Amino acid sequence: MRLSPDEIIYWQHGFLKLNATIAYTWGLMFVLALGSKLVTRKLSTGLQRSRWQNLLEIIVTGINQQIAEVGLRRPQKYLGFLGSLFLFVAMASLFTIVPGYEPPTGSLSTTTALAICVFVAVPLFGIEEQGLGGYLRDYLKPTVIMLPFNIISELSRTLALAVRLFGNMMSGTLILAILLTITPFIFPIAMSALGLLTGMVQAYIFSILATVYIAAATRARKPAPG
Amino acid sequence: MDSMTLIAIASIVASGLTIALGSIGPALGEGRVVATALSSLAQQPDAATTITRTLFVGLAMIESIAIYCFVVSMILIFANPFWSHAIAQAAGR
Repeated sequence: MRLSPDEIIYWQHGFLKLNATIAYTWGLMFVLALGSKLVTRKLSTGLQRSRWQNLLEIIVTGINQQIAEVGLRRPQKYLGFLGSLFLFVAMASLFTIVPGYEPPTGSLSTTTALAICVFVAVPLFGIEEQGLGGYLRDYLKPTVIMLPFNIISELSRTLALAVRLFGNMMSGTLILAILLTITPFIFPIAMSALGLLTGMVQAYIFSILATVYIAAATRARKPAPG
Repeated sequence: MDSMTLIAIASIVASGLTIALGSIGPALGEGRVVATALSSLAQQPDAATTITRTLFVGLAMIESIAIYCFVVSMILIFANPFWSHAIAQAAGR
């Protein structure tokens, strides 16, 4: 029984390994980049537009709206980072309908890398928005005594981001594998449909948590209703 | 009993207990969260987007506790460090 796609090794030379995680990650990145390139090659502003452009517009405006609802003032600025996170995690779980595919997010290495991206991006956006002093002063709030706890919470939420995504994806594939040995007919289909749903929810949660962390670091105020 | 059997028994029992006890708390918590969110949705349908988003984020936070327990129990069963250590000891002897 495999715990993660790290253990499928396609090619090995010395300490260099090409495992399924790396292969599928690059495959996903290739599909995402090529798809966006092909769709945005012939953009039109008129009423005649391709269905793929419609799809991308729905996705982009949807993500934009979600970011704005959390309270970030200029969602366009964060759209690249947060949108890529969402699209990568969502596509990684969506592609599980392809037979033989292993989601790269089912490996702790991938999810740790994504969480470290958030861990690095949050202070960067915070410093950019309110300056180095203003950002560091947030750690001293409400009193100086809270400084170690603020630092610990920063680290522990990164760990939580990584382990949450990994645990959900790993449990999905593991339950499928166990069910295939017990009831190989109908139940695996229902469980993989449930896996698709959890994958989407986890992608949403991962990106919305990153958005909330960035909003907290940039001390974004919610615009007045109306 | 030799040490291998002891390690196997301890790992299996501990992983079962981990997921069993560790899912009680999050289950109760998630039930309360969903019940409260539903009643506030019924009272204020206008605030549906905000409530739903906060509900999902909160559920994810609570659920991650159960996920930690699940990961620990999976490690105890499939990637047990003590078991590997005992195997290595037995192979070295």
